[in-house]
Amino acid sequence: MDRREFFGTSKKKKETTPVSFASPSRTLSGVNPYTGPWTTNEVIHLLKRAMFGAVKADVDFFKTMTMSQAVDYLLNVSAAQSQPPPPVKTYANSTDPTDPDNAVLAGQTWVNTNTNDGAVNSNRTINFKNWWYGQILGQERNILEKLTLFWHNHFSTECDSIPRAIWCYGNNAVLRKNALGNFKQMTREVALDPGMLYYQNGYLNTKTAPDENFGRELQELFTVGKGSDNATQPFAEADVKAAARVLTGWQVNGTTNLAVFTPSRHDTADKTFSAFYGNTVITGRSGSTAGDLEINDLLTMIFSVNDVSMHICRKLYRWFVYYDIDAATEANVITPLAQIFRANNYDIKPVISALLKSEHFFDVANQACYIKGPVDLIASLCREFSVVFPSAATDYVGAYNTWQIIWQLGFSMNQNIGDPPNVAGWSPYYQAPQFHEIWINSDTLPKRNQFSDQMLTSGYVRGGKTIKTDGTAFAKSLPNPGDPNKLISDSIIYLFRLPLTQASMDQLKRDVLLTGQTNDSYWTNAWNAWTANPNDTVNANIVKTRLQSLYMYLMKLPEYQLS
Amino acid sequence: MKRRQFLRNTVPATILPAFVGGFSLRTFGAESPLMQLFGETPVSDHVLVIVQLSGGNDGLNAVIPIDNYSNYFNARSNIAIPQNSILPLTAQTGLNPAMTGMKSLFDDGKLGIVQACGYPTPSFSHFRATDIWMSASDSNQVLTSGWQGRYLNYEYPNFPTGYPNSSAPDPLGIQIGSTTSLTFQGPSISMGMSISNPTSFYNLLNGVEDPAPNNNAGKELKYVRLVARQTSQYADVVKAAAARVTQQAVYPANNTLADQLKIVARLVKGGLQTRVYMVSYGSFDTHSLQANAGDTTNGNHANLLKNVSNAIKAFQDDCKFLGIEDRVIGMTFSEFGRRIKSNSSQGTDHGAAAPMFLFGKNVLPGIMGSNPTIPTTVSVNDNIPMQYDFRSVYATILENWLCVKNADLQQIMLKNYQSLPLVNSVTCKIANPNLSGTSYLEIWGTPFVQSTNIVYRTDGGHTLLQIFDTMGRLIKMPVDADLAAGSYTYSFDSGVLPAGVYYARLQNNSVQQVKAMIKIK
Repeated sequence: MDRREFFGTSKKKKETTPVSFASPSRTLSGVNPYTGPWTTNEVIHLLKRAMFGAVKADVDFFKTMTMSQAVDYLLNVSAAQSQPPPPVKTYANSTDPTDPDNAVLAGQTWVNTNTNDGAVNSNRTINFKNWWYGQILGQERNILEKLTLFWHNHFSTECDSIPRAIWCYGNNAVLRKNALGNFKQMTREVALDPGMLYYQNGYLNTKTAPDENFGRELQELFTVGKGSDNATQPFAEADVKAAARVLTGWQVNGTTNLAVFTPSRHDTADKTFSAFYGNTVITGRSGSTAGDLEINDLLTMIFSVNDVSMHICRKLYRWFVYYDIDAATEANVITPLAQIFRANNYDIKPVISALLKSEHFFDVANQACYIKGPVDLIASLCREFSVVFPSAATDYVGAYNTWQIIWQLGFSMNQNIGDPPNVAGWSPYYQAPQFHEIWINSDTLPKRNQFSDQMLTSGYVRGGKTIKTDGTAFAKSLPNPGDPNKLISDSIIYLFRLPLTQASMDQLKRDVLLTGQTNDSYWTNAWNAWTANPNDTVNANIVKTRLQSLYMYLMKLPEYQLS
Repeated sequence: MKRRQFLRNTVPATILPAFVGGFSLRTFGAESPLMQLFGETPVSDHVLVIVQLSGGNDGLNAVIPIDNYSNYFNARSNIAIPQNSILPLTAQTGLNPAMTGMKSLFDDGKLGIVQACGYPTPSFSHFRATDIWMSASDSNQVLTSGWQGRYLNYEYPNFPTGYPNSSAPDPLGIQIGSTTSLTFQGPSISMGMSISNPTSFYNLLNGVEDPAPNNNAGKELKYVRLVARQTSQYADVVKAAAARVTQQAVYPANNTLADQLKIVARLVKGGLQTRVYMVSYGSFDTHSLQANAGDTTNGNHANLLKNVSNAIKAFQDDCKFLGIEDRVIGMTFSEFGRRIKSNSSQGTDHGAAAPMFLFGKNVLPGIMGSNPTIPTTVSVNDNIPMQYDFRSVYATILENWLCVKNADLQQIMLKNYQSLPLVNSVTCKIANPNLSGTSYLEIWGTPFVQSTNIVYRTDGGHTLLQIFDTMGRLIKMPVDADLAAGSYTYSFDSGVLPAGVYYARLQNNSVQQVKAMIKIK
């Protein structure tokens, strides 16, 4: 069935205040490999989910491959790519002349130099966030950045609650390095990551009064989960306490920024777990290896229950596909993916590969239904419209300044990268019944509109550098921008995941692009005149103002919010 | 028909001094004791309706020279209106026979015509010319704001910060249709909003709303649309205003201009304080088959003119029916006229000057200017020369109908233009700008000769202060830094910048505000 046929017209309803939008048909498709058409539409769908935006050049690139090759390519991340160069100093020195950070020169990395100066750490945190956006905006043709953000949302920590920016950066480095690695390994590294140890009070967890924070979240949020309804806790409260005792004794070495185990702080007794864990008893150890050995046992135990793989697969599903996991999806997608996860000893790549290659992923029912989060919305626009940022190599100050604009924009739309509201991550990824609809409200929607408007007009300025686009780069990338009909229909293909009717496209061609004219050749002539002589300001202005109007209009349509 | 005497706008000088201590009154808030000393600020209830005829209306076949008929006929015999079909307005000039409605208005003293409006070195490009007419720029100048945008920015300087509010609850400008044109573009943001159908939330913000598919994508689309509707801050007041009007006069069917004007009348009567409306009709780009062979009184152009004429007549009658005739005037404009000589496709190509129509009870009726000169032998390159600069028409409407103080006109029109006797201005109360909302930016001293002080405030965080010229070029960026919350002063030295209008723009997080200042010699 072709897409247009599928997207038939719904019955016209009299306008009433909707109480709830009842969820229409779901699909029975599963994880069998997709064998359907591999056209521009499917490539764009894949890229918008796996990357930030579907840049035409990337679409062209992946179209030359088969679907399977394309997914493989996206999942092929080298060690070097997953460990990019660290952020560099762009902030001011400490007011304390003896602070170690002063020895870090502008343009050099700060991640190896400790400081306890609050203001410096605060600046470093912002610097880190800017750097992270630099990774996103400059992403390679792979899934790494989308996936790193996923793991950050999953293993949530809040930079603002972590006193040392080095730990915040380090935590992120663990996620990025392991993003396509092994989930069990990642969990282990996260458990002993200084950022997480601090954030979840792990460093305060001693035998005298075990702190249950991480013991609980490790199971409830990070591994086992709370069942398919996200409300039924399968493990017992006693398991939380027992896990807390296993985790006692760890602190952070303030010099090496590594987790350090102090045997005297550790609870050396046996830890008994509930029937959910098969009544496992973890032998209490003492001595310097006790912490490591017991954590290994704990993770072995936790990872032996199927809930872990189900929980992670549900989270991956909600991140890459759609929030609604009905019984069919649970049976036909989540369950087999979880089996793959376990069969591969919790290697992440096989699961994501199976998901992204599945007939379920490419099912039309699962296209165009995903509300972009702020980071996605902003980064996608910047990439798709080729917004030019200063080069980090030649103007790192300009680069970090303009990345900071992006960070603040996401923040204003309720996604402060590095700082989800709490340890559960951003609520659009778990809060029933609305899920990703939470991103859009009467405050954030105008901000999203203002963002696309402003990016297309005056742009954003910081530190004397301006980032903006006038739409010409995007239009030029299309096959036939001189033809106003093709300009509009092709633009919609890349910007929207839902088509507009021919009548609507005609209306906006006439009203927006042609400013009331009915003769297509006026646009064609204006476009040709400009491309023949780009330095003519009058021609340039004619083309630019109309493209601006067109793209501002398109991006303020609700369709643009969907991915 | 005699023209009424032109009545100069006279306001007793004792009412409001223009300057206090060298500072324009606009720098003081509406609630300040100083403002209250001068008494209540009168609010003008005048409404302007702008009718855009897109495509380039062939003025010569709309307003037809009777006194030079043979040259007119020879220049365009394949589309010329037969002499005895012309509807005579005066001994010299008549209307296309399709325009019976506007003839009737002329007879009622409610129609004015300004002959041959244009501007020096006109552009023959639709896009460029449209931009020129909407921005009121010179032919060689590219402005990033529209004339109504600048007017509304002058009238409501703090918009959008703190809007809507009790003293400015309604949209500042309304475009009937799906998009907001350059006309309403202010120095920084659009000052207008678009409405397609004021009674339904559908299409309130965007003209295009395709049916949502019956699947998850459609579900999410509907959700986003719902939020969009609920978010529109002006949706409620517009809907409420429309709901108050339950009966209107009859408008012609199958006439989209009439449909739009009907909405305008409804919203004005419904009580919106919106001062400017814009409607649009076309396309007038009649390169071919403008008139039917053998019967030039019928054809494409005749239909267009008929619809325009009938719509405007119906609108005027409705204004009388609704009792708002005293408050409303309208004007038409088109991006250019058309060539004197017709082409062989029974049409005309792009031309230059053309007449503008003004309609309303308070329009000074009659024809201003003379018929275009048409030589005996017309070449394909000949165009109607301009008699009046269209910007004079704009400036006159701003001063004598929208009641802008003469001293402030330059801020909006950027230059001084000859004022014309077009509108009965005796009802014009001086309307000082509405200072409601929250001011983040004040120009202490405009007009200025060399320097002026810009006082700005920030709520903390990244703060940007920029100086632009009217063409949108960044002149200076005095502030681009993280500041503590508070009030700051920047002394702007204009150096060797030419005299003219400049804009100071402040941005602090999501707040942005633009105020104009004028450097004079």
